Amino acid sequence: MISPATLSALLRHRLVWPVGVLVLLIVGNLVFTPSFLSIEVREGHLYGSLIDILRSAAPLALVALGMTLVIATGGIDLSVGSVVAISGAVACWWIVGLGDQNSLGGVLGAVALALGLSLLLGAGNGLLVAAVGIQPIIATLILMVAGRGVAQLVTDGQIITVNSGPYEVIGKDYWLTFPVSVLIVAVMVAGTLVLTRRTALGLLIESVGGNPTASRLAGVNARRLTVLVYVFAGFCAGLAGLIVSSNVSSADGNNAGNLIELDAILAVVIGGTALAGGRFSVLGSVIGALVIKTLDITIYTIGVPTNTTLLFKAIVVVVLCLAQSPAFRARVLGRRRRGPDVPDPAPPTARTEVPV
Amino acid sequence: MAEAAPILTMTGISKRFPGVVALAGVDFRMLPGEVHALMGENGAGKSTLIKVLTGVYDIDEGDIRLAGEPVRFTGPPQAQQAGISTVYQEVNLCPNLSVAENIQLGREPRRLGAIRWAELRRHSSELVGRLGLDIDVTAPLGTYSLAVQQMVAIARAVDVSAKVLILDEPTSSLDAGEVAQLFRVMRQLKSEGVAILFVSHFLDQVYEIADRMTVLRNGRLIGEYRVAELSPLELVGRMIGKELATLDELAEHSRRPLATVERGEPVVDARELGRDGAVAPFSLTIHAGEVVGLAGLLGSGRTEVARLLFGADRADHGSLRIDGAEVSLRNPRNAMGHRIAFCSENRRTEGLVEELTVRENIILALQAARGWSRPIPRRRQDELVDRYVRALDIRPADPEARVGHLSGGNQQKVLLARWLITEPRLLIVDEPTRGIDVGAKAEIQRLVVELSDGGMAVLFISAELEEVLRLSHKIAVLRDRRMVEQVENSEDVDADRIMRTIASGGAA
Repeated sequence: MISPATLSALLRHRLVWPVGVLVLLIVGNLVFTPSFLSIEVREGHLYGSLIDILRSAAPLALVALGMTLVIATGGIDLSVGSVVAISGAVACWWIVGLGDQNSLGGVLGAVALALGLSLLLGAGNGLLVAAVGIQPIIATLILMVAGRGVAQLVTDGQIITVNSGPYEVIGKDYWLTFPVSVLIVAVMVAGTLVLTRRTALGLLIESVGGNPTASRLAGVNARRLTVLVYVFAGFCAGLAGLIVSSNVSSADGNNAGNLIELDAILAVVIGGTALAGGRFSVLGSVIGALVIKTLDITIYTIGVPTNTTLLFKAIVVVVLCLAQSPAFRARVLGRRRRGPDVPDPAPPTARTEVPV
Repeated sequence: MAEAAPILTMTGISKRFPGVVALAGVDFRMLPGEVHALMGENGAGKSTLIKVLTGVYDIDEGDIRLAGEPVRFTGPPQAQQAGISTVYQEVNLCPNLSVAENIQLGREPRRLGAIRWAELRRHSSELVGRLGLDIDVTAPLGTYSLAVQQMVAIARAVDVSAKVLILDEPTSSLDAGEVAQLFRVMRQLKSEGVAILFVSHFLDQVYEIADRMTVLRNGRLIGEYRVAELSPLELVGRMIGKELATLDELAEHSRRPLATVERGEPVVDARELGRDGAVAPFSLTIHAGEVVGLAGLLGSGRTEVARLLFGADRADHGSLRIDGAEVSLRNPRNAMGHRIAFCSENRRTEGLVEELTVRENIILALQAARGWSRPIPRRRQDELVDRYVRALDIRPADPEARVGHLSGGNQQKVLLARWLITEPRLLIVDEPTRGIDVGAKAEIQRLVVELSDGGMAVLFISAELEEVLRLSHKIAVLRDRRMVEQVENSEDVDADRIMRTIASGGAA
């Protein structure tokens, strides 16, 4: 039996809401698909709806991972979708140019090239924000727009198809029955947790996001930290781009990673990290990514008509965000306690300052 | 006193915020056709009173009457509708629009929904003419000086048939000529029967323009005076307040003569250090084991001195020597490298990261100095934090409590602890005892004494003269962003003497 104190402590835990939503979605799926939870081993691979969700959520979870740290500093990175496209495009372009597409060394070179470029792009974002002082949303918008063009330039406006065994390993293969892409995410998540919580990185990031002025006066080198988180976000997006393109053995400069930045921001928010910066939760963002992908699958399984899926998703997301907001819950519950007939004494719009 | 019936009476106004009583039963009244100065130190309740009056805050207790009618504003538009207009320090107008558009923005004369531009221009030029301003109302506001923009803001304010006009620090960014121009406009409005509430840190200006004044201190009404009846010296005394809890523990330190401090190479030696627009060049030395007090009213440049010594702002005049070697502080990290620590007066905005815990806030500066890759081992963190939580009696004694939930005094102690664990050689504390209860105040004062006895150099900034006198070996007085005097603390130095300096500027 759980004591009430433990229960209330549990309810206050920041991961309760995202996990709760995820469980709710899974239960909802069970109603429609009783076999939803079943996982079986077929030909040495894990199979099942849950594994499908994990696999499809892998790129998003990676991008959300990088986005989490950026948002924690009070910034935002809109360019990650373009970096996903560039990374995949560069890797495939390199592989196509190889004499032997199955050469391991060549593929490793392609991966290194793509990831190195992603790091550079992230550093560019970071410098624009930290050194030049451009607002993050504008600074990363530049690469968001220009990056698409770069990706299309690399692919020559076509879809580059590769036929490379080693490259397919990243996005398609299994290792010890687990999908490699999911393992990559697991390693990255563990690495990020160690990097942020075993060093002082997490604390310093949270302090910069929580109060930049106070952090500067406490001697925190905010500029270097800011560059660092954008570099990390670029790297995560590059890795996600490799998974995406490897999974389909091709690079599509136009559509790869399209709008993934918005899903990633959503995942971070669902995970309980405030857009204003400060406290962040790496695991929360991963769960947020799982929620989004589970929702996508739910939409298919319960048979929402295709032309209304986006609307359906939007409604669920709005409800979800409202339910998570302590301010909204307090308002709704407070309203109920006060009775519905009491008008709000001062609607917020009436309190805006009028220039005199 | 035989006077006209007050246009505005506020009776028994109380306003509480969580943990703070901002206003406690304050009475305030204004007569038509007067300039009334609202005086008080920072935190005295001036801005709260103004915000209550303009409808930004609702009051907890009390009664507001405008022209005899009880009123209660739910927001600034309602207050403005009733005839109370405010012009804030920073002009809230649109520099890209014309003067005329700014004056009547939101109230443009219309016909069938279309703006009647000719009428708009005619009305506006009439209005600025009435205020004695000779400007082109069709020119963009941004082309005019700040002073003119301020007066356009006033024109806009009085256009809404203002009975009461509130001017909050209107002169802080104006030069002498512009101030004179502003005063002309104020006298014109006064002659038209407008009651003007004037808030300024400049005593000279108050004495030049105001008819009466109301003094607040710590959210309480100290009194209402005719300007002619109260000398600047008496005024400063009433603003600062002389009553202070006598603290037995500090009795033996009531005077700390400079001779007791070992001389030698000063820790800090500022020579003609200054920054344009912040503080005029000053020279100051601080020795190990010495407490130097900075006295002066708010806005006199005390904080600016501290920020220059900490590298929070860059100096553009003079030089700074630390242990005899000339240094250039480009940012706080440089200063921390020389083991200088700075506790800002704005605990919330410049000191603490409220959503982090007590432990995280305490180790922040030390950790920042070490860099992210060399975390302080958790056990060491707990040791350090535990020691200072106990030594400073931080409550709740829970290192994992969120700092935002602590009281002001405990937050101040957390901020002090953050810097003490960096083992600074110079500790700069800016208003460390403001807004905290008497017990915590005594503890912090005792701590300053102990630290300096242990050889730390301390720059102690406070608006409370008694406190400065009790703790300091040497006192530097600031007035209007200029260091006007430095005195060694001795039996001859008392609060009156310092107050005279603050009020008159330099040894009279």
